[in-house]
Amino acid sequence: MATFGYSLTPSSRIDLCKFNQEKWNRLVELESDVLKCMACGSCTASCTAGKFTRTSLRSAILYIQNGQEKQALELVQSCLLCGKCFMVCPRAINTRNLLLSINKIYSVK
Amino acid sequence: MNNNVIVIGGGPCGLEASAQLHKMGYNVILIEKDDHLGGHLAKWDRLFPEGIPAKELLDQLTGNINGVKYFLKTEVKSINLLDKEYNVILSNGITILAQAVLMASGFDLFPAQKKEEYGYGIYDHVITNADLENYFKTGKDCRIKQNPQRIGFVHCVGSRDEKAGNRYCSKVCCATAVKQACEVKEAFPDAQVYCFYMDLRMFGRGYEDLYLKAQRDCGVRFIRGRVSEVAEDLNKQLVVKAEDTLSGKPIKVTLDLLVLMSGMTNCSAGTRIAEMLSLKRDEDGFFTCKDTIFSLQESDKSGVFYAGACTGPKTLPDTLHEARAAALAINNYIKNKE
Repeated sequence: MATFGYSLTPSSRIDLCKFNQEKWNRLVELESDVLKCMACGSCTASCTAGKFTRTSLRSAILYIQNGQEKQALELVQSCLLCGKCFMVCPRAINTRNLLLSINKIYSVK
Repeated sequence: MNNNVIVIGGGPCGLEASAQLHKMGYNVILIEKDDHLGGHLAKWDRLFPEGIPAKELLDQLTGNINGVKYFLKTEVKSINLLDKEYNVILSNGITILAQAVLMASGFDLFPAQKKEEYGYGIYDHVITNADLENYFKTGKDCRIKQNPQRIGFVHCVGSRDEKAGNRYCSKVCCATAVKQACEVKEAFPDAQVYCFYMDLRMFGRGYEDLYLKAQRDCGVRFIRGRVSEVAEDLNKQLVVKAEDTLSGKPIKVTLDLLVLMSGMTNCSAGTRIAEMLSLKRDEDGFFTCKDTIFSLQESDKSGVFYAGACTGPKTLPDTLHEARAAALAINNYIKNKE
């Protein structure tokens, strides 16, 4: 095959059709709190791990809803389960439970 | 039948309602717990969106209540329904029989010290929106340095916060913060001003222009993220942490002054009176209107009416509309009774 010195990179555009409704339903069943997030960023701001490794529950929820499960998992797997985000969440989301449930549901291929 | 109407609360709402009822020919008795009329308005410096002096509005409102009897430093000791009239005993010993009672008891500012993580009353340079207005009015506040270089505003303090027990939006703090951000920039032209917000609710006429002014003329940086904690460093400066949710990164900034936008809660003195009448309150603590669209001025008790922020956070124009609407509702009620 002739090469022309360039290649195509995959589209970085978010494809909402990749959103997995079935997994989401399971997550909501386990943690209905996930529906309460208003993306204020308190969790990320107070995150102990976030200073060193990108960790963000807020972003993870957004990534899941955008069908980017792999990226979502990367953001929660560095969590230390310290619970600071639970203290600051203005919607009183049980962040630790939610994180663990995300890990459980979205780790399965 | 007497012609008495009792208005509880001498803020802008109570003043406007009293003036209107007086014009309709009622014998209005206005009760105020403080030693001055005007409520929070009397402590405010300028009003959004145009920055009109609060005193101008207050003078206009107090100028219109000629002929209204009012009692300062007076509270309601007891209130109960006798047949079709309300028997009200005041703390100054006076007893009044009234055809109708208007609750214009307004709001209390959320006590910012309850959000301990923001350090109000703990750190040297944390103030509230009310403190800043007082500074603009008097030029005095030892917490504000000569020439602050970086100033931050925290939106939604005690609002949209289940931990503070207030899930609702206090409605006026966004516009107040943007107004104060511009004013503080005018007072300290060298300062960089930051606003930490979750959503900017600039819903009213002229509010969007105020936002544009803050961005374009005052260079205010709007950061979309809720402040999670504040710490004081060795130089007594404030280290503020949030997430810049738009870039998806934790953010920190060291400030010389932090202003907390305290939200509204139902007035405690008003709720004490409401308890004597067993008036219904919603989960958010504010009084329950007869319905939420058509009869905002009526309560669940015949002869008791509401106006202003006692039924939820409101802007001044909203409050004045409700004061006039309540005067009309009371007039209809008494005319029907006769």
